Amino acid sequence: MNVQTRPTDAPAAASKLAIADGDIHPARKTTAEFFPWLAKRWQDELAGIGQRFRQPYQQGPAYPKSQPNASRRDAVPPDGHKQGSDLAFMQAQHLDPNNVALGILNPLGAGQGLQNPDFCAAMCAAANHWQIEYWTGRDARLKGSILVSYEDGPTAAAEIRKWAGNPNFAQVLMLSRTGEPMGNRRYWPIYEAAAEAALPLGVHAFGYGGQPITSTGYPSYYIEEMTGHSQCCQAGLSSMVIEGVFARFPALRLVMIEAGFAWAPSLAWRLDKTWRRLKQETPHLTRAPSEYIRDHVWWTTQPMEEPEPREHLLDTIGWIGWDRLIFATDYPHWDFDDPATALPLRLSKEQRDAFFIGNAKKVYGVA
Amino acid sequence: MTFAHPGGIDCDIHPAVPSLAALLPYLDEHWREQVIVRGMDELASISYPANAPLTARPDWKPARGPAGADLARVQREALDAFGSRMAICNCLYGVQLLFSEDMAAAFARAINDWMAREWLDREPRLRASIVIAPQSVERAVDEIERCAADPRFVQVLLLVMGDQPLGKRHYWPIYAAAERRGLAIGIHAGSAYHNPPTPVGWPSYYTEDYVAQALAFQSQLTSLVCEGVFNRYPALKVVLLESGFTWLPAHLWRLTKYWRGLRMEIPWVDRAPSDIVRSNVRLSLQPVDGPPDRDSLLRLFDHLQSDDLLLFSTDYPHWQFDGTEAIPDGLPDSLVRKIMVDNPLATYPRLAPRLAQVKETAE
Repeated sequence: MNVQTRPTDAPAAASKLAIADGDIHPARKTTAEFFPWLAKRWQDELAGIGQRFRQPYQQGPAYPKSQPNASRRDAVPPDGHKQGSDLAFMQAQHLDPNNVALGILNPLGAGQGLQNPDFCAAMCAAANHWQIEYWTGRDARLKGSILVSYEDGPTAAAEIRKWAGNPNFAQVLMLSRTGEPMGNRRYWPIYEAAAEAALPLGVHAFGYGGQPITSTGYPSYYIEEMTGHSQCCQAGLSSMVIEGVFARFPALRLVMIEAGFAWAPSLAWRLDKTWRRLKQETPHLTRAPSEYIRDHVWWTTQPMEEPEPREHLLDTIGWIGWDRLIFATDYPHWDFDDPATALPLRLSKEQRDAFFIGNAKKVYGVA
Repeated sequence: MTFAHPGGIDCDIHPAVPSLAALLPYLDEHWREQVIVRGMDELASISYPANAPLTARPDWKPARGPAGADLARVQREALDAFGSRMAICNCLYGVQLLFSEDMAAAFARAINDWMAREWLDREPRLRASIVIAPQSVERAVDEIERCAADPRFVQVLLLVMGDQPLGKRHYWPIYAAAERRGLAIGIHAGSAYHNPPTPVGWPSYYTEDYVAQALAFQSQLTSLVCEGVFNRYPALKVVLLESGFTWLPAHLWRLTKYWRGLRMEIPWVDRAPSDIVRSNVRLSLQPVDGPPDRDSLLRLFDHLQSDDLLLFSTDYPHWQFDGTEAIPDGLPDSLVRKIMVDNPLATYPRLAPRLAQVKETAE
């Protein structure tokens, strides 16, 4: 995690190995960028009632971020618009110098989580067109995520089917803080459609489920919210496994984005132990929870856990599987993991290739 | 089957309230009448469904009624079988779940008096946690003060899921009282169910509920550290009970990384969270949510980076292991000794005098 306060002299890209970045956040300069694909009724909604999420303020979060837009201070484009809103600047600051050969776009704040389900669906649909027009159509290294109004399963499934097969998109995107645990049946149409389209389901930390970020109420601080995304993702993954989503949709692949990964082994051991004891409750599971996780789940790496000594992370990655991690920077956010310094460990060439690019190419089906 | 490590201090056993009727003699007239007139049901929490396999090991389960309700069986199965010199009783009757703070305080008081009379008076190897109803912090502190006069109470008991995160300043008078009276704070698995038991809502299966207990412990640890509880109460020991412990290294890596990036928000936290945990937080041994192979488990113990953290527990009568296999295979003897005896003694200052007494008698 690097809090960047000024641009650094980036070495020439040619000297660096190509990497994949599993978590890039494109932003729009103004909401008008969505208007070509947004009916007048929803443009009026934006101008009138505005965007309402399951959170208290008209603008901004109840846990103020550590920096404006939770972004690197050096990531403001020359035109002064929001960090991540300018392709040319993103290319110059991140994609080129870090030799990003494959970048997965995860647009946040683009409509997912809106309380009005029709408004949410309309914004997601517009955001999908916008990704092609502003990003993937202009830089072939970038792949989009199909945004879906995930609290409304059938509508979300229809949006997936609309884009299935379109090479601009590499995955379907949900946010981790769902209204109910992710394995709940109301979400199954999404999983069915994603599996059918052979697209991985990306679940990015954050969201607007309306539940406290802990199971014991709202904490006080932003650091607790940030740390808490790991617990949210663990609960969501537990639900996916125990409710039988992977048993029901064997082709479904899940990518957990921006919640770290070192928690995965302990969670899998606990799931296995508890499942063995309480097996009578879940006859729909034909394998141990850890086996479903091993076969169906990938993790993006940022924010990468930093044990001291760092070598402990090698045990953890070994337990998860070297074929399961997808390097990610979280550009342009403040807790950006720099590919040059993120994993200061001696790795074999195979491990390094898999970690920094190979696994992402396989999961996202990019040559 | 004999237990290979006798003489330990079992830091988590669960004598059970056999029925609400058993508490009636310990309630005052008003509450006794309320129980009867209103036809109150048992306060057994859904955190441990009565007949779920996890709740009672088959050989520890009586033909009728809750496991752990019979003193003779607890003596035989929880104490004699493991050769434990002492065991700490954590009563899980669900007073923390009530919405009326008056009723909750009355039942907490009744449980503590019941515990002293029915268990501690009758079995000298037993110690207990003070059950409090945190619905009212003021009354909880009164109850701590009342029970602290009895040296056999060694800890204050809270559930891991309540109304607010436990680091919140709201709860600090409880920590002040505990520190002042030489009591540890024990946080045990279980929810008041005043919030959904996961941070993304209510799960469909009990399996998820139990798995999610570990997540709640992670959240509480974050809260206690970030709010500065251990800066304010440096002598306070917090013990996570039935929490699992294999999640701890990864959680501390994450929390410590965010602390490096965000400590400007909580400037009073002047040490790395991993350091704070090593000085002030302990965890009970069972359940061991460990990897299937011994080599991985040993590496995981290495990730804990301290031999001081774990306290022996059987979690009797919950079904966490079979026979007397409470200690994972392959741990070095020196570590087992610390888990069994040294760590509990260092965590619970109120245990020491009794131990000295036992030693003198032996000599």
